[in-house]
Amino acid sequence: MEALAATVSWDACLIVLPLLGAIACFAWPNAAKKLALGTALAVLVSIASLTIRVTAAGAFRHAVGAWGAPLGIELLVDGLSLVMLSATAIVGLAITIYSAGYFKADVSSRFWPLWLFLWASLNALFLSSDIFNLYVALELTGLAAVTLTALAGSADALTAAARYLLVSLLGSLTYLLGVALVYHGFGSVDMAVLAGRVESTPVFWAAFSLMFVGLALKTALFPFHFWLPPAHASAPAPVSAALSGLVIKASFYILMRLWFEIVPADYSTFTNFLGVLGAAAVVWGGLQALRAKRLKLLIAYSTIMQVGYLFLAFPLAVAAAWRGALYLILSHALAKSAMFLAAGNILYCAGHDRIESLDRIAQRLPMSLAAFAVAGVSIMGLPPSGGFIAKWLMVEAALKSGQWWWAVTLVLGSLFAAAYVFKVVGYAFTQAEAPHTSIDVPAAMEWAALALAVAAVLMGLIAPWILASMEIGRAFPGAAIP
Amino acid sequence: MSSVPLFALVGAGLFCIGLYALIVYAHLLRKILAINVMGSGVFLVLATLADRTVNAAPDPVPHAMIITGIVVAVATTAFALVLMLKVAEKTGRAELPDERTG
Repeated sequence: MEALAATVSWDACLIVLPLLGAIACFAWPNAAKKLALGTALAVLVSIASLTIRVTAAGAFRHAVGAWGAPLGIELLVDGLSLVMLSATAIVGLAITIYSAGYFKADVSSRFWPLWLFLWASLNALFLSSDIFNLYVALELTGLAAVTLTALAGSADALTAAARYLLVSLLGSLTYLLGVALVYHGFGSVDMAVLAGRVESTPVFWAAFSLMFVGLALKTALFPFHFWLPPAHASAPAPVSAALSGLVIKASFYILMRLWFEIVPADYSTFTNFLGVLGAAAVVWGGLQALRAKRLKLLIAYSTIMQVGYLFLAFPLAVAAAWRGALYLILSHALAKSAMFLAAGNILYCAGHDRIESLDRIAQRLPMSLAAFAVAGVSIMGLPPSGGFIAKWLMVEAALKSGQWWWAVTLVLGSLFAAAYVFKVVGYAFTQAEAPHTSIDVPAAMEWAALALAVAAVLMGLIAPWILASMEIGRAFPGAAIP
Repeated sequence: MSSVPLFALVGAGLFCIGLYALIVYAHLLRKILAINVMGSGVFLVLATLADRTVNAAPDPVPHAMIITGIVVAVATTAFALVLMLKVAEKTGRAELPDERTG
């Protein structure tokens, strides 16, 4: 049995299983729920086996079909991809369980294939080590995400999806133009080959700027964030959870990989500029979240704020800041999906998500409100949550490298987060002026939201193990902090 | 040899024209066409830059990339057109509303 487990390429399973699952769900819509749950569990088993292998034997490359770089496409499994894949698997399982209760029959048959396609393309993206293959994965992710956004079918959702599609295509074409220039300048699209060849020439910086702009558009970095709030607020709840928790992280992940592996040296003017954009995103996202009248819109603006934090790692530029940013990606993936799922429950129960008319949600949906509040603990960055560890690492990096102003931004962000989380919780306890009837929410949907929120907090308690996993096969760039 | 940078510049020009149209025009069909013009620009750059060495056969890898890119472009365009029709059906106009939300 063990010998068999050693011969299976679990990395390829992570891409093939959800793809097959998607096709099966499309072919047998009546059995789609069971097929999707089975696929989710199989993906979880694959990622667990892959984790065991990588922890024991270190990072490795897999030349698909025995065609290695530079001509073939290689899959790369290291600590960075492993933690992203794991976060996707955990959030993915929760979303799958949640969606089994959420969708009505007509939408359900369209949701399952698309959702598994999205999962497959995210896994493919996190495993690619080839900048052209990353383009393909990015495009697949974008298409699946846009289609899922449009599933709600309302005028709002369709226009938001159309805008999302145009932005997504613009982003990937800009990225592709950058890839073309990189290939012209250095003759390869494989990251490991490029790492040895790239020099700090004008061609490289032109190419990198194009790739950066494309990816920043997709990550919704301020001021490229305009498409995100309508799309994330009008999509069905489990889709919003996947979009905010996972999809925008995919383009940031590519940016991180490019920055770590092939960008030759960092220039402080450029990185400071990114930091300023990040800080602007924190302030703007925080203010808009406080002003939002609808719960899902509030959560969407909170995502813009959290994306801002990620870009603060560029000017901090020490290893601790990068660990903090990656930790934030993981804890935000869990906490933000939990929030969107909880908001979905409230919407399901009350029929609307206007914050001021939340009528005694605390009594009607105690578990969902608890999920929202517990996820809020991680979003605010209070101990012992994963968000706390992330912010602690980044604040420490800011103070020790003498850039205290970034620490101020981080603390300010926490204050904003506290304000908007308590605003929602406050309204949930009070009786609204116009009381309304409510619909019972399936228990699995409440448990899925609460489990993710608790996982986000527990992430703070197993920090040493996760931090060690991140570093398999890679040292984060920048000086270590003693 | 002098034709190589010329075509690369034409490609970059197409990319910019497409970007301009994408921003300026409100109608979704024009925006979708603009995206396609931008895509053609990128493909032209890729094809031109395949001629990397003097007096040698062009590098085939960028051509493979263009083919992949065309497949992606066809699929996304088809999907974008369907989405445009759905938007027109629901809202009565194939245009995006103003940015004001929330």
